[in-house]
Amino acid sequence: MGLEIVTESSSQNANVVADSLRSWNPNAVAEVITFRGQTTIVVPRELLRGAAERCRDDQNLKFDLLSDTTCVDRYPAEPRFELNYQLVSISRRDRVSLRVRVSGDDPVVDSLVPVWPGANWQEREVFDLFGIRFTGHTDLRRILLPDDFEGYPLRRDFPVEGFRDVPSTGELFRKSSTP
Amino acid sequence: MTTTVETAVGSTKTMVLNMGPQHPATHGVLRILLELDGETVVKAIPDLGYLHTGIEKSCEDKTYSQAITLTDRMDYLNPLGNNLVYCLAVEKLLGLEAPKRAQYIRVMMAELQRISSHLVWLGTHAIDLGAMSVFLYCFREREDILKIFEMFAGQRMMTSYIRIGGVALDPPAGWRQPVERFLKMMPSRVDEYETLLTENRIWMARTQGVGYISPEDAVAWSMTGPMLRAAGVAYDIRKAFPYSSYEEFDFNVVTRTESDCYARYLVRVGEIRESLKIVKQAFDKITDDGPIKAEAPGIIPPQREKMKTEMEALIYHFKIFTEGFSPAPGEAYVAVESPRGELGCFIASDGSPKPLRAHFRSPSYNNLQALPKLVEGQLISDVIACIGTTDIVLGEVDR
Repeated sequence: MGLEIVTESSSQNANVVADSLRSWNPNAVAEVITFRGQTTIVVPRELLRGAAERCRDDQNLKFDLLSDTTCVDRYPAEPRFELNYQLVSISRRDRVSLRVRVSGDDPVVDSLVPVWPGANWQEREVFDLFGIRFTGHTDLRRILLPDDFEGYPLRRDFPVEGFRDVPSTGELFRKSSTP
Repeated sequence: MTTTVETAVGSTKTMVLNMGPQHPATHGVLRILLELDGETVVKAIPDLGYLHTGIEKSCEDKTYSQAITLTDRMDYLNPLGNNLVYCLAVEKLLGLEAPKRAQYIRVMMAELQRISSHLVWLGTHAIDLGAMSVFLYCFREREDILKIFEMFAGQRMMTSYIRIGGVALDPPAGWRQPVERFLKMMPSRVDEYETLLTENRIWMARTQGVGYISPEDAVAWSMTGPMLRAAGVAYDIRKAFPYSSYEEFDFNVVTRTESDCYARYLVRVGEIRESLKIVKQAFDKITDDGPIKAEAPGIIPPQREKMKTEMEALIYHFKIFTEGFSPAPGEAYVAVESPRGELGCFIASDGSPKPLRAHFRSPSYNNLQALPKLVEGQLISDVIACIGTTDIVLGEVDR
């Protein structure tokens, strides 16, 4: 698999991916975004897992590697969360990005673990830092932060310095100087 | 963290052993819960986050140029690679390209960094498996590379040498001598390491057939880099999606098919040799003069002479360092081949001078999640070999 070495750079063909997804389900492509030569296909939330399976199994696409999963929080806009999946086809030397928009009231998405087991920790990271729940994930626990951590620090409404009661300097002084 | 391993109640068959977080073979602070049946590993659960410093969150509070210094501190064995991927992502967002000379300097530095990272890996992996002397030799050669970095950037490790639109400084006077000396000396040194290890019977016994993963599984588990290439999948981003003029360089992608710890060792040693070839070519391509930064007023700080004589340049200089620059709204994902695999950077801009989101796809994080697959069913001593061969840098795993 993919043993031949291809030297020429890949040609990103947005239409191939979008057409394949459309032929699978006419509603599968909500939007195709091309920015600086990179293609992002926006998929409705309900169809994400099916679209991912299609990207992996279609012989013209063969996106076999899920290289990255990440989230962008556009607070206070709604739907505030954007999940971005970076797919790579090793044999075709191609890349595409899938995107799902998720609202802040109901941050739930289908997990891609059944499609690519490697999505496991990637989704756990997004769950840990953004609080998005993935249905069908077998082991959805915090991964980088301690289990008893409260809140989701990478959300835009979480302050950089964290939620904590900073004692005034006078209080600190009294504490340290008590015998 | 209160991770528990579920064992049969009252069972005396298996025991749970806590390995780490302070274990010399975990290369940082990684904790692994091992369920053991005698000496055989039944289940392994990695537990991470001990080095989590919230670098991605901090990036959101810095301007685009300020965040470069944070990237150095993620993968501390590959700071130049981190600078590179971050700068490429910001350049993509801006639609900017570094001049050729800067690209060649970047390639040379990135490949020297790859060699130094592989040397640290080889030394520490060998010391984990009981070969003490290789460590000393590897660090001797790494010292030469760090001296070259010091010459170029003024820093040995956290260089921040690669900047948006180019590199920070012109190569210093007399830079060719140490690089040439290094290129001349290094091939025989790699031979030396191979004499010590490749045919060494203890080394072979400890690594051959240990930590197997099938190529299909490796791809499905998002593995990249030498781990994937040792499984026979020739996925190297320098060839697949060339960046920074890698398409002009002549080198091979080293692959093996055994997919065990020994194959990964051979792949990495082979990569040191290939990287030397690239450094040699970049060395020849770098001209003595030429621009090291792109021309982009308002984004790239102007040259010193211009700033002192032209009013516009002075204004740009002031604006860049007070409020920064604002790329157009959009997202960019760029990946480079780090010594550990696909190092990616995703940046989203909302049109303000600070990134809306900067995310780093770290190769060791993704490689590490397949560790249970490598070690289950193996002996506890093989766990050490498997962690070593995964080549994790916890600073990058936890970010």
